[in-house]
Amino acid sequence: MSLKDKACVTGIGETIYMRGSTQTAFELQLASSLKAIADAGLKPTDIDGVIPVGIVSGTADDFIENFGIPDLRFSAVIPHGGASPVMALQAAAAAVAAGVCRHVLITFGRNVSMGSNKAGARIHNMPQFHYVTEFEYPMGAIAPAQLYAPMARRHMELYGTTVQQFGEVAVACREHALLNGNAVMKKPITLEDHFNSRMISDPFRLLDCSLESDGGAAVIVSAAACANDTAQPMVYISGVAEGHPDSPGSITQRPDMTSLGIGKAAKRAFEMAGVTHADIDVTEIYDCFTYAVIRQLEDMGFCAKGEGGAFVEGGRLKLGGALPTNTHGGLLSQAHVWGLNHVVELVRQLRGHGGAAQVKNAKVGLVTGYGDMGDGALAIMRKA
Amino acid sequence: MNTPANPIVNPIAKPIVQPSPMTQAFWDAAAQGRLVLQTCTACGTIRHYPRLLCTHCFSLDYFWKDSPGLGAVHSWTHCHHAFHPGFASELPYTLVTVDLDEGVRSLGIWKGGDQLALGMRVQGRYDSSRGNLEWLFEPVSI
Repeated sequence: MSLKDKACVTGIGETIYMRGSTQTAFELQLASSLKAIADAGLKPTDIDGVIPVGIVSGTADDFIENFGIPDLRFSAVIPHGGASPVMALQAAAAAVAAGVCRHVLITFGRNVSMGSNKAGARIHNMPQFHYVTEFEYPMGAIAPAQLYAPMARRHMELYGTTVQQFGEVAVACREHALLNGNAVMKKPITLEDHFNSRMISDPFRLLDCSLESDGGAAVIVSAAACANDTAQPMVYISGVAEGHPDSPGSITQRPDMTSLGIGKAAKRAFEMAGVTHADIDVTEIYDCFTYAVIRQLEDMGFCAKGEGGAFVEGGRLKLGGALPTNTHGGLLSQAHVWGLNHVVELVRQLRGHGGAAQVKNAKVGLVTGYGDMGDGALAIMRKA
Repeated sequence: MNTPANPIVNPIAKPIVQPSPMTQAFWDAAAQGRLVLQTCTACGTIRHYPRLLCTHCFSLDYFWKDSPGLGAVHSWTHCHHAFHPGFASELPYTLVTVDLDEGVRSLGIWKGGDQLALGMRVQGRYDSSRGNLEWLFEPVSI
């Protein structure tokens, strides 16, 4: 059995994205969840599966208690950081395809302004990073920027990838964010602005790094057989897969430190969906750093390894380009809610509700997740 | 009470290594200035970072083998932002990833200037002269 077209994303919800929110992470998570449920035309008690993304705020039990869910039939925890939302699509699709449950809520909330959920503050507290905590953190490798930078540096040294090519990703995301009323970043940037931005961990400048945001996002995955009863245009999950890199807990020890888990998953997802790269009208690619977009494009086979830098040149990722990417602004310029906003945006695009950022005639799209040093996942969706 | 030993040099403490029962021997050796690598007793495969099982033969048995700490540069990053206040006074500093000659990698603090290149030969050494134990790499002159 394949998961192809067995599940639909029937509801999407987001809070306002910002810094300085006075709402707790769970309040934000609940608010976005209620929006997604209403968007689908469902009631909170219709939810019979819950996947809270990460272990950050509300648990499945919290949703039973707050929604008064009479019979929750499925719950899961997926501990892979920013890869978790798209991995959750696979878990949810499998659960509804098998008839375990009908409507799975995938939900996330975070408040970095109130808590200590910033990346630099949390890594050494997370069990999956115990190697980093023991061997690298005491030497000064504290935050993802410092841990991912050597991957990017090696890519530059081996393939000639340039700072300007990183900048192409940053500029495309910013241009798209300016079309989105719910994006944190409001000012245009140029390649020069990117080049001149403050160095964080070479080769990453400030504008290569994603935001830290307060907000909540949620989606509902429903069994395709049940999706006809919901309120919105149907969007099918046609192909979905997750993949994990070798040496997942440490980039330092990874045999090829430029290779990501998504490289193992991409072929599975494309084969399941029965589409080729040329069929993809729009992509939402997890952009914790600009380099991560370039490398995922390579690992998914949109271009050959080492050619990702050239691939993103010339506005290819911009609206109107050959592969519009991060049409909401991404983690770089809309908000960082672990990439669940990427899933929301792809569904919006395939419904034709993309507003000023709508990709014309978008029929098939792709969303990725990337987390915890290189775990990856992708989903290919299509409109009915 | 909570006053650091030398508040001028290091007003805010850096994170320190916290060994696990499995890695205590690694850090005991490090405190003596020795790099040791976990080596499978059954098949001889060297593994790093330390873990319970040999991926090659799944044996649980291992011993710690001394390493000269020689290798080649695999990648690096120059850090210009302190994500922990203990490193603020050290900016910029450089972290280097090294292919040790035994076939595993190591991440340390670079002490060799701005000229870094893939494949450059380097030597690692432990240093605790500044308080915390540090793992440093320097160029090897050939």
